[in-house]
Amino acid sequence: MAERYTSFEPGGTRWLWQRLTAAFLVIVLAFHFFLLHFVNHADEVTFAMSQARMQELTYFSLMILFLVTATFHGVNGVYNALVNQGLSGSRKTAVKAILGIASLVLIVQGVRTAIAWAGGVPI
Amino acid sequence: MSQSYNRGLIEDFGRWREFSAGMWAWIFHKFTGWVLVGYLFTHIAVLSTALSGAAPYTNTIQALESLLVVRILEVGLLAVAVFHILNGLRLLFVDLGVGLEAQDKSFYASLILTGVIVVASVPTFLAGVSI
Repeated sequence: MAERYTSFEPGGTRWLWQRLTAAFLVIVLAFHFFLLHFVNHADEVTFAMSQARMQELTYFSLMILFLVTATFHGVNGVYNALVNQGLSGSRKTAVKAILGIASLVLIVQGVRTAIAWAGGVPI
Repeated sequence: MSQSYNRGLIEDFGRWREFSAGMWAWIFHKFTGWVLVGYLFTHIAVLSTALSGAAPYTNTIQALESLLVVRILEVGLLAVAVFHILNGLRLLFVDLGVGLEAQDKSFYASLILTGVIVVASVPTFLAGVSI
């Protein structure tokens, strides 16, 4: 019987969601880099160009989903790495709460920024 | 058949000379993950200048992108992201039961492909920067 080299709980949904968000992020992160560095160039960035993209509902909703999945994947990865290093007990609970709040702040700030670009939700 | 891959504790970094390819892959994936999540928070903070209006956002981004050090850091970010993507794909396949026997070779392939993509991207990433 192989030993388990993971700190994820057996059959846990966090393990599954880490993989599902990974599969999504592989594609969207590659798209993000390609669009914003190869199609559009770093020295040409303006508010108006970002605004034009964000006013498209497809792009806007993709970026919101990108923000939420990247935040979950990143923060869940950090939490798991800390558990792997031996985090447990009340410190584990405290770290979980802090990471949860940090995620929420990041998502709210990201959504506010996207709405500022688009001038409202582009429906 | 399940096999045991017990090579001891990876968290014991002091024995890094004994590490196998898979253990390096694990460490690189953690390291690049930490960098990417750190960057995510920084990225949203910088983009938040859009909340102050069009001019502050455009001026901030253009001022940052005019600095050579920022462009070099972006190449570093690309390297970190590409490796995390390629090694992540490797992990997803292994999780699905594909390629466990060749996991060391796919790690080396991830490293080589990362190097090729990053080197090929350098001219694009440095375009228009003033030195």
